Amino acid sequence: MGYMAALKVWRGDAGSGALTDYKVEVNEGEVVLDVLHRLQATQAGDLALRWNCKAGKCGSCSMEINGRPRLGCMTRMSTFDPADTLTITPMRTFPVIRDLVTDVSFNYAKARSIPSFTPDPSIKPGEFRMQQEDVNRSQEFRKCIECYLCQNTCHVIRDHAENEAPFAGPRFLMRVAELEMHPCDEADRRDIAQDDFGLGYCNITKCCTEVCPEHIKITDNALIPLKERVAGHKYDPLVWLGSKISRRPAKAGTPAVPGKR
Amino acid sequence: MSSTEIERHSYDVVVIGAGGSGLRAAIEARARGKKTAIISKSLFGKAHTVMAEGGAAAAMGNVNPNDNWQVHFRDTMRGGKFLNNPRMAELHAKEAPDRVWELEAWGALFDRTKDGKISQRNFGGHEYPRLAHVGDRTGLEMIRTLQQRVVALQQADSAELGDPEAMIRVFAETTITRLVKDGTGAPRIAGAFGYFRDTGRFVLFEAPTVVLATGGIGRTFKVTSNSWEYSGDGHALALLAGADLINMEFVQFHPTGMVWPPSVRGILVTESVRGDGGVLRNSEGNRFMFDYVPDVFRAQYAETEEEADRWYTDPDHNRRPPELLPRDEVARSINSEIKAGRGSPHGGVFLDIASRRPAEEILRRLPSMYHQFIELADVDITKQPMEIGPTCHYVMGGVEVDPDTAATDVPGLFAAGEVSGGMHGSNRLGGNSLSDLLVFGKRAGEGAAEYVDSLSGPRPAASAASVDAAVAEALAPLERAEGENPYTVHGELQQTMNDLVGLIRRETEVKQALTELEKFRERAARVSVPGGRAYNPGWHVALDLRNMLLVAECVAQAALERQESRGGHTREDYPAMSAEWRKVNLVCALTGDTVSLTRKPLPAMRLDLLALFETAELKKYMTEEELAGIAPPSAPSADAVSEEGH
Repeated sequence: MGYMAALKVWRGDAGSGALTDYKVEVNEGEVVLDVLHRLQATQAGDLALRWNCKAGKCGSCSMEINGRPRLGCMTRMSTFDPADTLTITPMRTFPVIRDLVTDVSFNYAKARSIPSFTPDPSIKPGEFRMQQEDVNRSQEFRKCIECYLCQNTCHVIRDHAENEAPFAGPRFLMRVAELEMHPCDEADRRDIAQDDFGLGYCNITKCCTEVCPEHIKITDNALIPLKERVAGHKYDPLVWLGSKISRRPAKAGTPAVPGKR
Repeated sequence: MSSTEIERHSYDVVVIGAGGSGLRAAIEARARGKKTAIISKSLFGKAHTVMAEGGAAAAMGNVNPNDNWQVHFRDTMRGGKFLNNPRMAELHAKEAPDRVWELEAWGALFDRTKDGKISQRNFGGHEYPRLAHVGDRTGLEMIRTLQQRVVALQQADSAELGDPEAMIRVFAETTITRLVKDGTGAPRIAGAFGYFRDTGRFVLFEAPTVVLATGGIGRTFKVTSNSWEYSGDGHALALLAGADLINMEFVQFHPTGMVWPPSVRGILVTESVRGDGGVLRNSEGNRFMFDYVPDVFRAQYAETEEEADRWYTDPDHNRRPPELLPRDEVARSINSEIKAGRGSPHGGVFLDIASRRPAEEILRRLPSMYHQFIELADVDITKQPMEIGPTCHYVMGGVEVDPDTAATDVPGLFAAGEVSGGMHGSNRLGGNSLSDLLVFGKRAGEGAAEYVDSLSGPRPAASAASVDAAVAEALAPLERAEGENPYTVHGELQQTMNDLVGLIRRETEVKQALTELEKFRERAARVSVPGGRAYNPGWHVALDLRNMLLVAECVAQAALERQESRGGHTREDYPAMSAEWRKVNLVCALTGDTVSLTRKPLPAMRLDLLALFETAELKKYMTEEELAGIAPPSAPSADAVSEEGH
């Protein structure tokens, strides 16, 4: 039943590091995180890794397993051939702090740059009325556990550090879509989605959707509809003409991007 | 960097813990103009609150208009077997709806009723559908909403003050190891000392108030639904700072944790499975819960499967299924079935929703349960029953606080959420935790802000000696050249607590646990860890051991002392509930290095709250003497005089 797995685990810090070989016991039903915990408890007490819930709900144990962005807690050992060596490395897009732990502060900075939920101020708590069918779309995006695997895998920033400033990444473009589709949100984030959060950089290769452990259809349900809204608003000549001749005021304007110089 | 260099920050309010209660406390303190720090052991947004599945209990009456705070209060007291601090249960029931509605104004998207209100679901021990929820990921919705509220406040501060962190700042991956006090005659809180996990660098937060919002103690037990963070930090910090813990013998074992495969043993299976129609069966296929309805709940629960099944669609004319008894009852019943040899192949029992609801409905209402079982156990819950068994889930005991302000006996120290005690009595109802976090998180933020306003003269300053001692204590495991592996000590401690002070307790075993704990303390004092201070989990575990050992000692001492069975404390040698014991809170405090235990009367229930119950019901819990004090002497209720007490 149990066997000894061959592991190559990246050990090191911001300065330097290398794959280190280990042999670790594996038992029935275990996930990669179990095996890393056993490694930590028996051979490498100072092996740095993040984890919390061990049930796919918190999004802490993001790592790359044989080069694939995965949650350690949701990757069954039974999906690998016992004879194969498993290579475990930190998320590549983010700077390494130590071993499998990376500096994900990029994501928190982006989160803070998106104008927050903006309800009609005259609605008092307890008075919100929304239909289930109107909240379904945003609810899908709120399943996000912020594991940042989509951010890690998106080639716009994975391969181009220079895009980190103009591009918010799939997780936070999805946050923009979530607020745009929230039935009680009044702000209009279409212009800034394009101009400040780099929606146009996304060329819908769906890599983000593929790695999402919550199976959120990020590209199909968030990014493409957001692109359509932006295109309809910014580039449709009739809409453009209408905006020049119509005197009808917009329901609410485009909010300022927080923290923007 | 010299090894003892300390980074210093100054705040009005320091909140330790970034889960539901911590974030709600911080939002409140900031709203009251206080410069607030949030300290989180994990990344921001990863707190244990995300694991809460079922919902937040609040008597909004959206689904059944008969619901109100009085009914919620009654259910909470019944669930806690009348050991709750009644004032806390009252405040909680009254304020929970406002706290839930507030979340919606901050962007939360709960599931809806047909008329567009927040939907509410059934749960164990709640008379009406009461839990605001989002599928089975309500905790995630709550943490994300509060996290995004903190961000919104930071954005406002950025616009107004030019710095998003001017008034509220999150210190992620930061662990507090000691609270520090000033050196005056009546010591007050002066701050908190700890380390940044990434660099290992030390940090001192200088602040007149600390709000403990650190959650629970589950990592002290082997089979648990709790994450590594639940090492009882706040319980231990409070003890070490001179505050009292109450009710530590009451530990909730959630009836339904996964049992197979071994690596997932303990992971939570939400009570919503039962709330939405799931039933428990033994190996013979029987719905055994009908055999375990205790006397105190007999009147409220169905006696036949037919009545129980009718209840889902016609709750006004049928009684509830016994699968929805409070958690302590269900956990014990499952344990009895397993012991009687009627368990499932892997030592649990069966939880079946597949044969009860259409696959499409299961997928819609329980998406993360489907995901969890298909990915981790190869079980399709729309086709097969789940195997489940009890798992350590929640501690009812905690820091003794003033119900209205969340203040402890130590000036400047506050506590809210799971780390505080009293609210849930001997057993917490499902759904009452998320609402507890919000209600008392807000109150703790308020209490801390008011305390800051009340201060005059110079602020309390941390004594140099206490800071030096904290540094030395933190460095010790790294400086020992030869010593035991902290992971080994932790693993064995978990096994011991699981085996000897678990769901069912016996005097001999608890005594044995206390002897073992003494040995663990000696071993913990000798652990050593390789590596340096930068993100070194071995070092972190070594430091957490102190907290887990203190908490384990409190649980074991109180479990030995209380000679009755009630809620989350079951003594095989004292199986009955005792009305005399109901009047007693067991209080743990630290005398020198040792935990001492004293008795204290349970706070009395006000007459207007007592009047919410029938005398016949109170009689099941209270002594004749207590009842005589309640009932007007001229008109004793008929049943109070005709039957003898038991």
